[in-house]
Amino acid sequence: MAAEDLPSEFDVVLVGTGLTESVVAAACARVGQRVLHLDTRTYYASKWASFTLNALLTWIDERQSPSDEVQDWSGLLQDGEEPICLSNADSASIRNVQVFCFARSAGDAEKAGPEPPRPLEAAGGKKMTFAHLLKEGRRFNIDLVSKLMYARGSLVDLLIKSNVSRYAEFKNVTRVLTYRHGNVEQVPCSRADVFASRRLSMVEKRKLMRFLASCVEEKEEEELEGELAEFLRDQQLGDNLQHFLLHSIAMVTEDTPTRDGLASTRHFLRCLGCYGNTPFLFPVYGLGEIPQCFCRMCAVFGGVYCLRHPVSCLLLDKTANRCTALIDGRGQRIASSHFVLEEGCFYVKTLPRLSSCRSISRGVLITNRSILPGDQHQVSVVTIPSLEVGLPAVRMVELSPSTMTCAPGTYLVHLTCQSQLGSAYEDLWPVVTRMFNTAQSCDQDSRPDVLWCFYFNMDDGGAGAESDGDRLPSNVYVCSGPDAELGHERAIKQAEAIFRKIVPDQDFCPPAPNPEDILYDADDPEDPANTMDKRDKDEEPAELQEQQLQVEE
Amino acid sequence: MHGRVKVKSTAQQEEEKRKEREKKLKIYTAARDACFSKRKDGVCDEEALHLTQQLLSSNPDFATLWNYRREILMHQETVKDESEVQKMYQNELSFLESCLKVNPKSYGSWHHRSWVSERAPQMDWARELSLCDRCLSLDDRNFHCWDYRRIVVKKSAVPVGKELEFTDRLIGSNFSNYSSWHYRSTLLPLLHPQSPESAPPSGSSPPSPQTHSHRVCEEQLLKEYELVQNAFFTDPNDQSAWFYYRWLLGRAEREEMISCVFISRDEERVAVAFSRPVQAQSGGLLLVLDGQPLQVDWRSIHPRFKHSPVWICDLPPGSINNIANEHNLTVHWPEKHTRRDCALYTGRNESWCRDSATDQELFRSELSVEKSSVLQSELQSCNQLLELEPLNKWCLLTIILLMRALDPLGYEKETLAHFQTLKEVDSMRSAYYSDLCSKFMIENTILKMEYAEVRVFSVSNKNLTTLCHLDQLLLITHINLSSNQLRHISFHFSMLQCLKVLEAENNCIENLEGVYCLPKLEEVLLKNNNIATLAALRPLATCPKLRLLDLRGNPVTQSADAESHLAELLPSVACLLL
Repeated sequence: MAAEDLPSEFDVVLVGTGLTESVVAAACARVGQRVLHLDTRTYYASKWASFTLNALLTWIDERQSPSDEVQDWSGLLQDGEEPICLSNADSASIRNVQVFCFARSAGDAEKAGPEPPRPLEAAGGKKMTFAHLLKEGRRFNIDLVSKLMYARGSLVDLLIKSNVSRYAEFKNVTRVLTYRHGNVEQVPCSRADVFASRRLSMVEKRKLMRFLASCVEEKEEEELEGELAEFLRDQQLGDNLQHFLLHSIAMVTEDTPTRDGLASTRHFLRCLGCYGNTPFLFPVYGLGEIPQCFCRMCAVFGGVYCLRHPVSCLLLDKTANRCTALIDGRGQRIASSHFVLEEGCFYVKTLPRLSSCRSISRGVLITNRSILPGDQHQVSVVTIPSLEVGLPAVRMVELSPSTMTCAPGTYLVHLTCQSQLGSAYEDLWPVVTRMFNTAQSCDQDSRPDVLWCFYFNMDDGGAGAESDGDRLPSNVYVCSGPDAELGHERAIKQAEAIFRKIVPDQDFCPPAPNPEDILYDADDPEDPANTMDKRDKDEEPAELQEQQLQVEE
Repeated sequence: MHGRVKVKSTAQQEEEKRKEREKKLKIYTAARDACFSKRKDGVCDEEALHLTQQLLSSNPDFATLWNYRREILMHQETVKDESEVQKMYQNELSFLESCLKVNPKSYGSWHHRSWVSERAPQMDWARELSLCDRCLSLDDRNFHCWDYRRIVVKKSAVPVGKELEFTDRLIGSNFSNYSSWHYRSTLLPLLHPQSPESAPPSGSSPPSPQTHSHRVCEEQLLKEYELVQNAFFTDPNDQSAWFYYRWLLGRAEREEMISCVFISRDEERVAVAFSRPVQAQSGGLLLVLDGQPLQVDWRSIHPRFKHSPVWICDLPPGSINNIANEHNLTVHWPEKHTRRDCALYTGRNESWCRDSATDQELFRSELSVEKSSVLQSELQSCNQLLELEPLNKWCLLTIILLMRALDPLGYEKETLAHFQTLKEVDSMRSAYYSDLCSKFMIENTILKMEYAEVRVFSVSNKNLTTLCHLDQLLLITHINLSSNQLRHISFHFSMLQCLKVLEAENNCIENLEGVYCLPKLEEVLLKNNNIATLAALRPLATCPKLRLLDLRGNPVTQSADAESHLAELLPSVACLLL
């Protein structure tokens, strides 16, 4: 694409290939809008991206030297237009990047990242060397965002409805764990778990099942006053069950109102048993796949894609309060009726910063074994309530090599919390030192060893209020970045809302037709080759594919 | 709108599908006809094999074709050498796998697979086992696959322990699975048999009325109790666990034996009661009187019964009628290697020999009483569950059974209260509970009667809806069934061979089928019942000594000529109350 000019007119131009933008792009292209989808980066999915270990290290390095040169394109302006400059870097939205390597270095101390504050040689006796990790680096798919898909959440519904699910494969999250009294315990959430649990007494089993069954039914209004923690205490469930229900099933905090807590419990239960023993799914090769799947759908329906394509400014028609065109980094003027921008490329210069300063603390660890070794291929979500006053509650997702996100013999651990202390390192380090064996701890330890880890803060996409849109030109829409929630509800909801504003009268992501049902002009229905081909595909029961995702064993 | 992808309309798609179907049907019928004509001509060639394969792979439930296919294969066996035969059956197995994908519950496919597994020169049983594993992981209740698995396990001698682990796994992933629990119940006695010294002696004298074949050793049993409790505490509405629990609690089957011999000098008759209904006519029941074998005709108590717990024979006239003589009678039952003696002493008109019901612990046979401390703790667990789930019918029913096993009389009041709750929470089955409760009330009354050593049986005002255990009442002379909810006196009632007085006032009795050939019956009190026709009273005519009949308050008395008809029907009745 490099040398060629793009067409100069589109219905919708999107900048950024994060989940929300990609869903909007697919939805628009699907109903016949001419879509141009740009990203300044060299990779898809923006802040939702996945990297191999090697690519991640490069990404970390390159972030140190942002180049945001301002060019003057005033010659391209038409009467009454005013440029709004766009930023091309996400340097501001991702901060406090810190990398530590505890893997044994092959020879001399080896610089693993820009800030290795710990002496590397302290990590003696560990099997895996950093060189080995680098050699296997391509086996890693490290997501910047850590989320899971609720089996009946809006993302899964959308994947099924739109047939986008055909572009990806999924794995069940196999267990829900929690950290309590210094131990990792399995949370019995499904019927089979409760049956098999050795920690629950018979009476607890009955109480838990009964409470869960009662949650499925809607409650009387007056029962819902007050906080969930108090509500649970009133049910006389005992400490064990209260902990499981509050932290691991409702996944809320002590002060969450009963109504919200029960709603999220219901959501959890609704999603149980659809695909497996937990309510969650995880895409094989990582979450970064999902935006790409939507981009692929967009491209199938005629969307034009350009990565590595810097953008310069939007042109605002002040009287109409509408943007008329976008000028890209090469100075091409591209007219469009609608502009969808990722948050971050917009706020830096012109408008006051849209979102508040709230941020997400993220940690990524590569470890040598599971925090609760069991059968192979365990994929776990771990809820870690606040360890002490002032520390945040942390959510952990531990991925095994079966998800194709880490090399054999390693586990990939994602930590996520709302930032409380400033930097991700400060927020998450207490959890990491307690649950994992880091270089400082003794070697005779049942806890997994951390081989390599990486901390950063990311703007919380869930922090901005919806009313921010008022301050934008009427045909410009900004997509929030990832939020701290476990599910994808917010991004999908926002994508649908933006789609509704662009094409109010159209269906949102209707099922894509099967390839054999599409009519091509060149397609001669009498051609025997075509009919043969069709017959083969007809044999597959199409209905079976439609209702469910394909989840691998 | 521009740029839109053009998609075939639904009508177009429908039309295409219709055409496709038509084409397929034509091919199918043509192939089917070809197959049939080949079979008619007795052709068993490769082409026929190919044709049947085509048809069966789209419709694996075509039994005739499977049969034809087997004929072909058997013929091919005779013309091919062994390696070719092996290859042929190998292909057959992989063809069957594709059929199972079309319909995993096809009778024809599974049956054919087990047939092939018998015929093939070599079978890879490990592969067959993993096929079963795979099928059962897709549908853990596919009973065809369970059946086939049992064949495979038997053929390839899979260790029982491995199979038990397999059920562990399936039950762990979903315990609502009768097949797994049942499979477990067949494996446990093999893997953990009851140790011989703790088993009660069987076959030794005196013969035990019950075989306490508990089948599983206590240590394992306790583990199973825990497992199954985990299931019913997790989901008390799931039946499968409760059924398994009842199996664990041990349903001892009663041994077939002679429970009572009765001899009557007046009627010159012998009655023999057995612990279970038997067919004594052909079984060669032998009667020895004073050391001499007697040729007698055994008959069941009612012509309707081919199997009966009570059998009667008439002795040759004059053989025991002298009251001054003493006689010794032995009934042999060679089939079961058992016998029972009975002595009729001088001056006595009748005599009997029997086990007392208390000794036999007769009615606890539903559950084993071997380890009452275990049952006591099980009862505690169930009561704990009942506290949490006061309306759970399975829990209530199990508690009733446990209470009966532990102390039927002591828990009578609680049992009745639980029955009341059961009828309310499970009203669809309230009649079943009423019948079950009747049974238990009768059992309790029999136990009480045994303690009192009387021949009077009184179960009035107990809400009885049915009569049972009548074989236990062979010696009863007086029965009081008043103020219950009985609607029939069923055929089994004719087992009461010594009955003189039947009191059954205030019921809703409509017929008296069972008041049949009762040789000693003198009084029948049926005040306030529902007898509407003379026909219903006809069985009474078979009782020669009947002299008092109370029919007051029955619809039949309304008809004008009832009295004259009754006098005609029952000439022996001297006192008729209408």
